[in-house]
Amino acid sequence: MNFQPVLPEIVIATAASLILLVDVWMPDEKRHVSYWLTQFALLIAACVTVRGMHDEIVHAFHNVMVADMVADVLRVFSFIALSLVLFYSRAYLAARGLFRGETFVLMLFALLGMQVLITANHFLTLYLGLELMSLSLYALVALQRDERVPSEAAMKYFVLGALASGILLYGMSMIYGATGTLQIDLVAQSLVGKGDNPVLLVFGLVFVVSAIAFKLGAVPYHMWVPDVYQGAPTAITLLIGTVPEFAAFAMLLRLLAGALGGAEMLLQWQGMLAILSLLSVTLGHVVAIAQTNLKRMLAYSTIANMGYVLMGFLGADVYGYTAAMFYILSYVMTSLVSFGMILLLSRDGFEADRIDDLKGLNQRSPWWAFIMLLAMFSLAGVPPTIGFYGKLLVLQSAIKVGYVWLAIVGVLAALIGAFYYLRIVKLMYFDDPVDRSPIEVRGDTQWLMSANGLALLLFGILPQLLMGLCAVALAQSAYF
Amino acid sequence: MTPYLSLAIWVPIVAGVAVLAIGRDRDAMTARWIALAGALAGFLVTIPLYTRFDLATSALQFVERRNWIPYFDIYYYVGVDGISVLFILLNSFITLLVVWAGWQAITVRVAQYMAAFLIMSGVINGAFAAQDAILFYVFFEAMLIPMYLIIGIWGGPNRVYAAVKFFLYTLLGSLLMLVAFIYLYQKSGSFALLDWYELPLTMKTQTLIFIAFFASFAVKVPMWPIHTWLPDAHPEAPTGGSVVLAAITLKIGAYGFVRFILPILPDACRSPQIAGFMITLSLIAVVYIGFVALAQTDMKRLIAYSSISHMGFVTLGFFLFSVQGMEGGLAQMVSHGFVSAALFLCVGVLYDRMHTHVIADFGGVANTMPKFAAFVMLFSMANAGLPGTSGFVGEFLVILAAVKLNFWIAFLAALSLILGAAYTLWMYKRVIYGGVGNAHVAALADLNRREFWLLGTLVAAVLLLGVWPKPFIDVMHVSVTDLLAHVARSKL
Repeated sequence: MNFQPVLPEIVIATAASLILLVDVWMPDEKRHVSYWLTQFALLIAACVTVRGMHDEIVHAFHNVMVADMVADVLRVFSFIALSLVLFYSRAYLAARGLFRGETFVLMLFALLGMQVLITANHFLTLYLGLELMSLSLYALVALQRDERVPSEAAMKYFVLGALASGILLYGMSMIYGATGTLQIDLVAQSLVGKGDNPVLLVFGLVFVVSAIAFKLGAVPYHMWVPDVYQGAPTAITLLIGTVPEFAAFAMLLRLLAGALGGAEMLLQWQGMLAILSLLSVTLGHVVAIAQTNLKRMLAYSTIANMGYVLMGFLGADVYGYTAAMFYILSYVMTSLVSFGMILLLSRDGFEADRIDDLKGLNQRSPWWAFIMLLAMFSLAGVPPTIGFYGKLLVLQSAIKVGYVWLAIVGVLAALIGAFYYLRIVKLMYFDDPVDRSPIEVRGDTQWLMSANGLALLLFGILPQLLMGLCAVALAQSAYF
Repeated sequence: MTPYLSLAIWVPIVAGVAVLAIGRDRDAMTARWIALAGALAGFLVTIPLYTRFDLATSALQFVERRNWIPYFDIYYYVGVDGISVLFILLNSFITLLVVWAGWQAITVRVAQYMAAFLIMSGVINGAFAAQDAILFYVFFEAMLIPMYLIIGIWGGPNRVYAAVKFFLYTLLGSLLMLVAFIYLYQKSGSFALLDWYELPLTMKTQTLIFIAFFASFAVKVPMWPIHTWLPDAHPEAPTGGSVVLAAITLKIGAYGFVRFILPILPDACRSPQIAGFMITLSLIAVVYIGFVALAQTDMKRLIAYSSISHMGFVTLGFFLFSVQGMEGGLAQMVSHGFVSAALFLCVGVLYDRMHTHVIADFGGVANTMPKFAAFVMLFSMANAGLPGTSGFVGEFLVILAAVKLNFWIAFLAALSLILGAAYTLWMYKRVIYGGVGNAHVAALADLNRREFWLLGTLVAAVLLLGVWPKPFIDVMHVSVTDLLAHVARSKL
């Protein structure tokens, strides 16, 4: 039995169990031990993944898992993102009594689910990973169990998420019916040159695409996104808005590019993604304008951004997937800053989640205002920030396969989006502060957040580093 | 070989970052001096671009080409020809004046103000030097960010509306242009402009791309009827912002026509529909906007409309497809850079003293500020296109070219000489002449030494270009001739 491909998963699973045990014996003032153990586990897992980076495709456990370079890269990104989430949210969690062992353990289990999803080579493995991730996230949203709003958000998330899982299973069962296998590479093989049962396959495909769209939060499967983002504690919003995006990309890649990437199916799902993308970019951006809650606004912005990811993905070749992956990466980097800024400005009893709470930030702290400015322009896709190259890649990918109209809608929607990102900049720079209390930030958060913000600019000036990484990783993946 | 162009781009940007890093709100003087040193250094490094410029060739000079994003064949590819080099010089020169002009007027967040102008100066130089479409786009868009902040933070009462309008108008155009860029990349496999010049395109494609490019550059110029952001932005912008906006950013729009639209889409441009369309819009800008300028009650709005009218001359000159027209348009761009900068600085001088730029608030300024009145007189004459000033050269050449093509076009264009004189001199009469209008005017102090030399420098530039335009025309001549030869070739 070859355990090497799943070593990072083993590390995380062991760490999660260990922290669960250790935490029981810890008095409340020693909670930071569990916190640092979590960070340490992430570091080890990242090191293990980087050391064992696969330049060839390795299958494991009777082909139900696959380790390729894209999986390694996505896993490393997830580790880094979760680590940053923990750093940024430490003070917030502590102030709200959420700095507890179960928070860390649930986060690690969610991460484990994402890893399994990322390395899945079998419909059931993928489903298991997805469920492990989702269940942990539902519980995390409901961590403040006595508060009304988070509980409501968790309930919505759970009910709709369960529905989506059901839809996914149903779709998979139809594909199984048409091909006789659940293993992703075998599904692809059995579809080669066989258009004999398209109705059943297309039927299954519709369900699979719907489930993926739900997980991404693409319109019209987006209903849960604003409520959950707004209702969850901000630290958990930061988590949900960032780390799982990598897993969602893996899900797109494994299911659509991997299992259903053959010529017949490809044309079918390209059209579906185009419509999802069209709806997401327009509705997401337009509705975001009307929001007064920053978390809700960023939720609609996420919906719109997922539309751009789909726009890139429908390019359906290594360039298209690279575009989508790079877009996700740039989006996660930016989201870490934008949601992180809410955490940074919040304090005990003050959430800083209304748009007006950003008023006059430039006068309170020019540095944080500048970092947030970078994040906003990156989301708006204005160079020289990384967000621009994400847009460039996905537009190129759409135009290449002939979807020029979609690209034009995409840029017009981006223009609408620019309006509300500019409004944030306006509040920070042009208005006078209402609340002049000093901003206190932990030293490590300060450094990491600054580095994270400057990275938006740095990779905006030198985007090749990340673009090249995504391209190489995808070129080495199981499907090319 | 010294990378002069990179220096011209990066010296101001680095200086701007340094101002941000070192400057403190309490110690504004340090920020001012660093900014001035940075602007001066930024100007000095552009001088070799002129002195070492080879007049005999239209090929790109001072070329630097490095791999930037190999994944997409995007290069850090900069170079100048006789057309773009002038604007880099103009921009670096104007930046120096702007930093100097904001010396006393700006008292809040001085470091951020100075840094915004320096960074913008470098970015604008980048846009003029870029020979790779994506590099151009990055610079083209990046200049929106500092301008947005300049209008929004240091602007007048309605600044937020103006800043957002400015940003969104410009962004709309440039996003459509981005789609066109990607399409051209798809066709040619390269983002280098020189490759696109040779790329064959069908008439239909050329027309569609023309629409996308037009949306981007016509908004920037701005051409009627998408000019409405400019009169809103100017009165709200601080003096320095108005100067850069009028003197430089408008030129990037017109430059886009020369660098992108004409050579990439020659057949579409020469087609009677599009050429006619462009000439019509230009004439509407010249005549109709000239009348609109007459009706203004605010000095900055008046100069803004006058800018639109003058830029109409530029686009008119480009679409006459003759050497005179093209050179006239370019000379008009350079001249307008100096004259509009000077006029906005003059308004700034008054604004610093009285905090208004409404015409009716003044009257008889000549009584209390005689030196100032003399300067404004000269710049007003230049704005009206008086022979001997820079304003005359461009307008004369364009009208000359127009006469050869069609008498009525020339006739309408020549109306601008009358209209320009009317609105400028009438404004001059109402503000400067007459009895002292009110107690505020009576209390005005004449120019101080800094202001005197600031405006004096511009007087020299305006007169030099008016009396002896040869050095400017020589620089652009070969490039213009070759550009027109290129446009005359079909790419179908």
